[in-house]
Amino acid sequence: MLDKPNKPEKQKFNVVGTSPLRPDGVDKVTGRARFGADMVAPGMLVGKILRSPHAHARIRSIDVSKAEALSGVKAVVTKDDFNADAEDQDVLYNIMAREKALYDGHAVAAVAAISQSVARRALALIEVDYEVLPHVTDVDEAMKPDAPVLHDHIFTEGVEPKPTKPSNIAQRYEFGHGDVEEGFSEADVIVERNFKTAATHQGYIEPHACLANIANDGSGELWCCTQGHYMVRNTCASLLGIDVSRLRVTASEIGGGFGGKTTVFIEPVAAALSRKAGRPVKVVMSRNEVFRASGPTSSTSSRIKIGAKKDGTITAAESELNYQGGAFAGAPADLGAMCSFACYVLKNVRTIGYDVVTNRPKQAAYRAPGAPMAAFSVESVVEELAGKIGMDPIEFRIKNAAREGEKSSYGPKFRQVGLVETLEEAKAHPHYSAPLGPNQGRGVSCGFWFNFGGQTSTSLSINIDGTVALAVGTPDIGGSRASMCLMAAEELGIGYEQVRAIIADTSSLGYNDVTDGSRVTFASGKATIMAARDSIGKLCERAAKMWDISPDAVVWEEGHAKPAGANAGEFEPLSLAEIAASAESTGGPIAGHHEVNASGAGTSFATHIVDSEVDPETGRVQVTRYTVIQDAGKAVHPAYVEGQFQGGAAQGIGWAINEEYIYGEDGRLQNAGFLDYRIPVASDLPMIDTKIVEVPNLGHPYGVRGVGETSIVPPLAAIANSVSAAAGVRLTELPMSPPRVLKAIDENK
Amino acid sequence: MRYEAPESVTAAVALLAGEAGTARVLAGGTDLLVQLRAGFVEPDLIVDLKRIEALHEIVEEDGGYRIGAVVSGAELEEHAGVSAMWPGVVEAVNLIGSTQVQGRATMVGNLCNASPAADAVPAMVAASATVRISGPNGRRRDADVGDIATGPGKTSLENGEIVESVFLPAKPKHSGDAYLRFIPRTEMDIAVVGAGVSLTLDDDGICTDARVTLGAVAVKVLLVEEAAAALIGTKVDAAALEKLAAAASAAAKPIDDKRGTKEFRKKISGVMARRAAQIALKRAGG
Amino acid sequence: MHQVHVSTKINGDEIEYLCETDETLLDVLRDKLGLTGAKEGCGSGDCGACSVMLDGRLVCSCLVLGAEAQDREVETIEGMADGENLHPLQSKFLEHAALQCGICTPGVLIATKALLEKNPDPTETEVRYWLAGNLCRCTGYDKIIRAVMDTAADMRGA
Repeated sequence: MLDKPNKPEKQKFNVVGTSPLRPDGVDKVTGRARFGADMVAPGMLVGKILRSPHAHARIRSIDVSKAEALSGVKAVVTKDDFNADAEDQDVLYNIMAREKALYDGHAVAAVAAISQSVARRALALIEVDYEVLPHVTDVDEAMKPDAPVLHDHIFTEGVEPKPTKPSNIAQRYEFGHGDVEEGFSEADVIVERNFKTAATHQGYIEPHACLANIANDGSGELWCCTQGHYMVRNTCASLLGIDVSRLRVTASEIGGGFGGKTTVFIEPVAAALSRKAGRPVKVVMSRNEVFRASGPTSSTSSRIKIGAKKDGTITAAESELNYQGGAFAGAPADLGAMCSFACYVLKNVRTIGYDVVTNRPKQAAYRAPGAPMAAFSVESVVEELAGKIGMDPIEFRIKNAAREGEKSSYGPKFRQVGLVETLEEAKAHPHYSAPLGPNQGRGVSCGFWFNFGGQTSTSLSINIDGTVALAVGTPDIGGSRASMCLMAAEELGIGYEQVRAIIADTSSLGYNDVTDGSRVTFASGKATIMAARDSIGKLCERAAKMWDISPDAVVWEEGHAKPAGANAGEFEPLSLAEIAASAESTGGPIAGHHEVNASGAGTSFATHIVDSEVDPETGRVQVTRYTVIQDAGKAVHPAYVEGQFQGGAAQGIGWAINEEYIYGEDGRLQNAGFLDYRIPVASDLPMIDTKIVEVPNLGHPYGVRGVGETSIVPPLAAIANSVSAAAGVRLTELPMSPPRVLKAIDENK
Repeated sequence: MRYEAPESVTAAVALLAGEAGTARVLAGGTDLLVQLRAGFVEPDLIVDLKRIEALHEIVEEDGGYRIGAVVSGAELEEHAGVSAMWPGVVEAVNLIGSTQVQGRATMVGNLCNASPAADAVPAMVAASATVRISGPNGRRRDADVGDIATGPGKTSLENGEIVESVFLPAKPKHSGDAYLRFIPRTEMDIAVVGAGVSLTLDDDGICTDARVTLGAVAVKVLLVEEAAAALIGTKVDAAALEKLAAAASAAAKPIDDKRGTKEFRKKISGVMARRAAQIALKRAGG
Repeated sequence: MHQVHVSTKINGDEIEYLCETDETLLDVLRDKLGLTGAKEGCGSGDCGACSVMLDGRLVCSCLVLGAEAQDREVETIEGMADGENLHPLQSKFLEHAALQCGICTPGVLIATKALLEKNPDPTETEVRYWLAGNLCRCTGYDKIIRAVMDTAADMRGA
């Protein structure tokens, strides 16, 4: 049964591919849904965190005695309240500063008190003696030999010989094949340009929130908004020095994550405060803290060089990408380098990525981490190159597009992929040939993302009335419970309404990786299908028992157990509900499970078309029309697939035009709020048209690829291409804010 | 921190004058609560003016309108008379924040918050608006709107004084006003540059009077007389508008900050002033 | 500590509470009264997640002091459905998949209800500008706008 052949292109579905209402819907339109900050516990205290006002400072001493003495203060914690031997030293250092504060907003101490106002006053009573050090926040500055160095232990990895001096360059990555120099010598036209992108934030509307309730023996519970409660459990256990079994973590409803909630910030702090106070402690970040002290993206600088023949064949391509990832190593320079040329089949290609540390908060994932910046610069050059050889930019891309069986720029051969299909759809789309108004320009871009698999554990119980309780361990950030119900219902042959999915806590299922990498519909979906198949096997056994025939002689069709053939005997088919009703007398509860480290994730590609209008007198950019065309593999719940496409595009619009982390000369973040960190508002955007392409992923029983991340990869370049067309000058720096665009226009006059 | 909600101006003034520590006036609260929350201000006393009935009124006076200190942006917009007479002022007030903020924010609050980027202020100054101020011992005085804010967060109001109303004068015939601001998004931003224009034409369409103001390009609102002079005596044609734009750009004294560069703001001052003048001209029937 | 005694009406119910003078209406709703449907996304009036109606006006409850609610009428998301019957906007938001994470949804629903009561036939542009103070980071607003327009059309037809 588990080896059922996968031929998704021939599959007919009953419920998969429809868009029913989500199981958590009513709770979310009535205010009943409980998010991170909505939970309370008896005797709960308020936790607050003291943060460094300096970008880079040695901490000579911290005196918490006055804060501890304040009436109503129940606990104060500093670095000494955590497990110094924790496995991940960078995470430990990031959640609570040690010998140095490494960025404006770095946590230094925390208090738990009986009220907000007492906690606030207690923070003001903590005395920290700082020795302010020189700082660096810009990626190019941080790479210079004379830059202030953050860590004495970082010697650039990936270069030979190993450097003898510490620096801010944590690692060099290189990918590619062929002979790039020879390739460029064969080119008729070469375009080479430098680009920069500012750091952006995921901008989830729900600030991080955690309620910790740790007993004096170190066992307890956490309730928090996270993309991975198993990750929270394991990390907190390590940072607090307690057994994993002692912590139970429940994922609340999550008010947006986009990658930003794939690590811990306040959770271990809340747990340490609770342990010390012996009472529940709730910590909720303010918006200011979210911007200063969670995980924004890298800012980048890059150099791209691509050569092509007049017939449109790319002969060589080279990228050098520098990713500033904040105060600790781990910027996605590798992913950026791997993605930069993934859309194209190249004979000669070399991509180099540098992971650079600076005095900024440690970057976290943001939807296809690393890829949008790389695509911005590469696809800008691709568009320019197409123009220089006089070829339609879509034709140029089709000519060089990634195809099945071809070697990717980052190594593996592509399996079945849908890039050409998205490009063909784009070419035929009415948007691509629609007339443009004055001061308007059109741009196109492709984008690529790997999509992940990973560890997943799922459980499915058949209830007494024939309904099904499905427990998955990956937090639902965009409607995945509905998709899981659809896949379980499809497999079992029952109605969508008969299945209800929950996100189980960490004690109820085996380990689940974080909801990231667009992996949930693929991996948890696969595990759900397999758990359903497991339960079908058991349902067939029960039917066999009821009929007194061999289980091998029973098949499952359309939600019923049936005799496999004439030889099996003549029995009326038994419905799932009928078998469930007899469960007690046929062997007890019926449930299916599946645990897997899912492989077979399918890469996905997209093509976006954008029209922008530029005010030539002010440099202001307005996106006037937007079309997303993306390969979903199989769209399980098409309305939510469209939602992912639209959301990625909208975030990309913000990134391209207005969003940026602005640091002052003093190394402090100047726009730590939604007033001046300008995410798109409703009146900024047009409707966002979508077209779902379905080229099945052979690694999934239904052909599913991930959809959440690829959608943010093309927008930066697509918009830059449209703005450059409208303004008559190539824009190479993000965001394309009005002062920057106006300057480019004026300098081009 | 004490919270008081007196029911008369006299009582409000007495509370303010009698406070030994720091006191803040609460009108719409859309600036004050943000400042409280961020810890920028820690007053000992907050005096909420919204329980004073008289301050909720919009009344006709000498052919113009007197608008109470706690009239919200949404209420102002719904007042047909003010919107018809001074559309530029009403639009300026309505640009402040979101629909939600409009439910609370007041033009007097916008003025007394003394932000150089306040949207309502350039429009009010262009409209030659005045304010009525009540102080201790029953003292009352009127002042030009442009004289209230003296710098970022600073006003000329004396201890115990409150602004109880704004007066928008009668508008001469063939007059029009407009306010435009430049922001990166379509909504929700603070003005990078704001420009207010009020102008009057004679029966032949010649501009006889004009006031041009700029916001967010100096420590306080600028009344740019050179820009007004560029319009007076003309039919507000392209040449006059170019002169006005150049004068506005020249008058702007902006700073570099997270919202824009000096160079950008100077340039945009001219563009916004010119575009606002075109709207004002149309409204004046030109 | 100065506590202020407040008598007010919330979703039609007479309510009394004590609050500190620096507590916002949002703090009171969430922490004192257990009405956690209104969310705090920014605390500065920039995101709209805490939207409620105050005496018939749409406001951010993070920009209202708890003490100011004396003798006022407050409506929150918890009062939007009529018992087990959802408001048409709530149903349409579900039908149109106009929410993903759902954190902005209570504020958006309160704001759009206020819009349709004031303007039953808004244009797309009017809806977008009315909702400019309600940030949504998941949807790109597309499906929200469609749900609002569709509800408005239905309610006009009804």
